[in-house]
Amino acid sequence: MRERLFGRNGALMAIFTRSMKENQPAAPSTEALADSSIEIPAGDALEAVLLDAGGPVDLSENRVDSPAARSLRESGVELVVPLISRGELIGTLNLGHRRSDQPYSTDDRRLLTDLSSQVAPAIRVAQLVHEQQAAASERERIEQELQVASLIQQTLLPKELPDVPGWEIDAFYRPARAVGGDFYDCLALPDGRLGLVIGDVTDKGVPAALVMATCRSTLRAAVERSDDPGVVLADVNEVLVPEIPARMFVTCLYMILDPDSGKVTFANAGHNLPYVRTSSGVIELRATGMPLGLMPGSDYEVHTAMIEPGDIVLLSSDGIVEAHNPSGEMYGFARMIGRIGAIAPDGDLIDDLVTDLDSYAGFEAEQEDDVTLVSVRRLSSARDAARAFVDEPEVLASFSVPSVLGNEREVMDRMTAGLGKLLPQEQLLRLQTAVVETAMNAIEHGNRGDPELLVDVEVKRYRRRLEVAVTDHGGPRGEIDAETPDIEAKLAGDQSPRGWGLFLIEQMVDEMETTAHGDDFTVTLTMRLKGGA
Amino acid sequence: MPNQPLGYTIEEGDDSMVVRLTGDIDGSGAAVFREITEATQGPVILDFTAVGFINSSGIALIVGFLAATRAVHQPVSACGLTSHYRHIFEITRLSDFMDIYDDETAALAVSR
Repeated sequence: MRERLFGRNGALMAIFTRSMKENQPAAPSTEALADSSIEIPAGDALEAVLLDAGGPVDLSENRVDSPAARSLRESGVELVVPLISRGELIGTLNLGHRRSDQPYSTDDRRLLTDLSSQVAPAIRVAQLVHEQQAAASERERIEQELQVASLIQQTLLPKELPDVPGWEIDAFYRPARAVGGDFYDCLALPDGRLGLVIGDVTDKGVPAALVMATCRSTLRAAVERSDDPGVVLADVNEVLVPEIPARMFVTCLYMILDPDSGKVTFANAGHNLPYVRTSSGVIELRATGMPLGLMPGSDYEVHTAMIEPGDIVLLSSDGIVEAHNPSGEMYGFARMIGRIGAIAPDGDLIDDLVTDLDSYAGFEAEQEDDVTLVSVRRLSSARDAARAFVDEPEVLASFSVPSVLGNEREVMDRMTAGLGKLLPQEQLLRLQTAVVETAMNAIEHGNRGDPELLVDVEVKRYRRRLEVAVTDHGGPRGEIDAETPDIEAKLAGDQSPRGWGLFLIEQMVDEMETTAHGDDFTVTLTMRLKGGA
Repeated sequence: MPNQPLGYTIEEGDDSMVVRLTGDIDGSGAAVFREITEATQGPVILDFTAVGFINSSGIALIVGFLAATRAVHQPVSACGLTSHYRHIFEITRLSDFMDIYDDETAALAVSR
């Protein structure tokens, strides 16, 4: 920051403020000497002199010798007036030689001292505001970038997994806040076979998401040219090597499943190995090869294995094995293999692993990396096969309450009783808050507080999710006030302090959906179940 | 559990007033918050240790209280929130306008 002023005595005067962050270099200046901005680095001998001086320091009288003092003298600075705020040197007021050739008088110096005592706090405040603005816009930029990365990634992941008779294919993907570069894909091949892909791009955020997008489309194209997983990976590698930014690469496993025979053919580009839970224990599907994008001409071994009825294949990214618990220990392969081996024949492996991971890392802990799991189970019987495709819900509670304010608590209590111990505590509390708000809306806005009208509640448990449907019968409602609550506006009195209900509901549950049928208006709240089935 | 009406006690400390809230914070607590607004001056610590339940109308009352105290430059901090309600204070950004401490001891240590 630099201001040029002309002192009343005609001397050239300039205010220099110091960069408050030590690692921030002084702005280079190409201007004339007297204008050049001179940083006084922390620890420079001149700093101590200025802090102790209690007023202007005359560089022609004071013998202090330091890089900053030399630079100032060379630029023609004669008098340096320290600007001090809370014991910290935040800048200087630099004056050149008086144009009248008179020395600076005692009066001049007193005036400058007074001036500096008033200028310093003002500059400090300006600096703080500036720093805060910079920090806020940096946070906003990071936030926006994360949203873009997350959007790219989630748009490209499969929306749904194929139904393959005799098989049950499941996937789980949970991005880290910083959005790592995990991806998975599922491709229906023309001959009825199925291509399964799992990969991880080094790096995070938008760069990783873009490489992931490139890799995914390249792979989809390569799959059309060859049904040899080794050739597919080699093709993708050749495309990626010249395209990929330096120091980035992609680990990837590509597996082709023949659902009729149970034969899998796979190749691996440096990705975590798949595991198979078999009747005789957990086995690794070994295959080696260089990660994609590292060097041209890489070869990928192709291996095969048979997946028997009852077996489960698990593809994973390193987000799970490299997760840490609060004492800093890694989740590790041994623990994962232990869980795979211990899963019941009809147990849900992905739910089991995610639940175990969450309790290991701590429910409140921020996830370090993306967690991606793909499981492929070969069903062992017709009964199993039938079960896999029907997700018949179990009704845990179904009741109605009159539209009297206060009854939302009864709704909460009866829902909670129906749930038993289905949800972990934090998830239960969130659902309770959301259900209370939804029931209040139904009572107050939907049924307009008419005690003759009922609010119906149904709690249904599906294999992977819990649904709470709250229905009112008040007929078409007016416009829902969808204004996003803005606390600043509320505190300033520009917005009503109310209006948090819908916001809270949306924040508390995984999904919220509304449907209207005649006079009925239903809000359905969904919580994904992390626990095993 | 049935609705527990909102109650409070105020303890005047050397540097701040501690308002210990009890019961549930919902729309029916409006009169109580008006009383608290009138009864307090200087720095206020809201202690939520004995609060079991807060809904969106309760959040609105807290926002209203915060708006009133900010208008007269009265700093407000909060303590004793469960992790669930602390999370709600964070997503509503109430926590950007009041310092939040684990308990009264921690809140008092800072107000001193």
